[in-house]
Amino acid sequence: MNARNNDYDPSALVIDQIYPIPADKLPARTKALEELLIGHGLLTQEAIDRVTAAYEQEISPLLGAQVVAHAWSDPTFKEALLSDATEACRSLGIGGLQGEYMVAVENTATVHNVVVCTLCSCYPWPVLGLPPKWYKYPEYRAQIVMHPRLVLKQTFGLDLPPSVEIRVWDSSSEIRYFVLPQRPSGTEDLSESELIPLVRRELMIGVAR
Amino acid sequence: MNGIHDIGGFQGLGAIDYVADEPIFDEDWERQVFALHVAMSGQGIYNIDQFRHGIERMHPIHYLGSPYYEHWLATIEDNLVRSGTLTKSELNEMVQRFESDPDLGLSSSDDSGLAQSLADLIPRGGWTDEAISEQPLFKLDDRVKTRNFHPTGHTRLPRYARAKSGVIKAIYPSLVLPDTNADNQGTNPAYVYNVEFSGLELWGDSAESNTLVRLDLWQGYLLLDA
Repeated sequence: MNARNNDYDPSALVIDQIYPIPADKLPARTKALEELLIGHGLLTQEAIDRVTAAYEQEISPLLGAQVVAHAWSDPTFKEALLSDATEACRSLGIGGLQGEYMVAVENTATVHNVVVCTLCSCYPWPVLGLPPKWYKYPEYRAQIVMHPRLVLKQTFGLDLPPSVEIRVWDSSSEIRYFVLPQRPSGTEDLSESELIPLVRRELMIGVAR
Repeated sequence: MNGIHDIGGFQGLGAIDYVADEPIFDEDWERQVFALHVAMSGQGIYNIDQFRHGIERMHPIHYLGSPYYEHWLATIEDNLVRSGTLTKSELNEMVQRFESDPDLGLSSSDDSGLAQSLADLIPRGGWTDEAISEQPLFKLDDRVKTRNFHPTGHTRLPRYARAKSGVIKAIYPSLVLPDTNADNQGTNPAYVYNVEFSGLELWGDSAESNTLVRLDLWQGYLLLDA
């Protein structure tokens, strides 16, 4: 949908708009809010820069890949991860906002896990960074919970036979889920650091296997 | 609330626009809005449940037609006004000022600790558990049925899973109840359970075989299913 309204009323709050705001008005509205908050002593440019740096440079799916590669390489860690993912990740210096209580769900030969937030866009930030648009927008959220097998095949090219149980985890609370994928066959000789690049975020969300 | 956000099972939205790689933010204003939310919620001006419920109260046309971070802008503005942090009139005035001069810059600001406190918050997080004296009502493998309720306020029981039977698969700590926390009616913590619903139970004749959905549900959403 791309409905644009020529009757944009700048004096109405964004939440009271019926139609999307003209795209070229969004920077000004954002700055207006920032300027007011700076004036009230509730915001600083340094704070904005610090927060954005954390999520654009420091926190990304690479952290989750490190967790998975470590679990593949170390059976004790894998057990710890499956029993208490929050603590296991903390032991690697990983954790925090939107991942205060994490659960790693394990793929097996007969079970495939996939994560969604049908109600909004909840996502395990500490291990995966910020979610991609396709995860947050309505199409995935609407369909994955009803037709996971079809969605995984049509959108993601993952063709799972009916013998594989598909578990869809709808993140409706503050608990954050991510998938522990199976270690690919033929990687037995790879070191942990060589395994890391194999762990794409699609595997940890569950739209790849 | 039976709003547009409660979209599990909705049909007719078209294909998922899957892209393997994309920038984290498409526009600079999105980046600013993201940081704004962390800064505002990080200072306790509003809570996560109020934040989510603001988005839920957007008009469906607006919700479906706008970019994701416009949802965040909507709820941040609304919560700042509702909390008494900003007034609508000062916001209007400032919006007019920046709309008439888009090249206007922001005033400089002396940080004195906010940046560091947010930097400290990010790895620490803000866990919403609150211990209660009662024991959990349900135990593992109990069969439960979700309530048939349609609150006009915030809830985390999606419509597709109301009046459905499932099985308790995990018992989590007692967490702040979003339904009341979103509306200044207190935290009312309650145990959260992971409940398993078969695809068949949720979608009937339209279900794919061998699929199931796991939802995290607060105790008050559930009844023991005899």
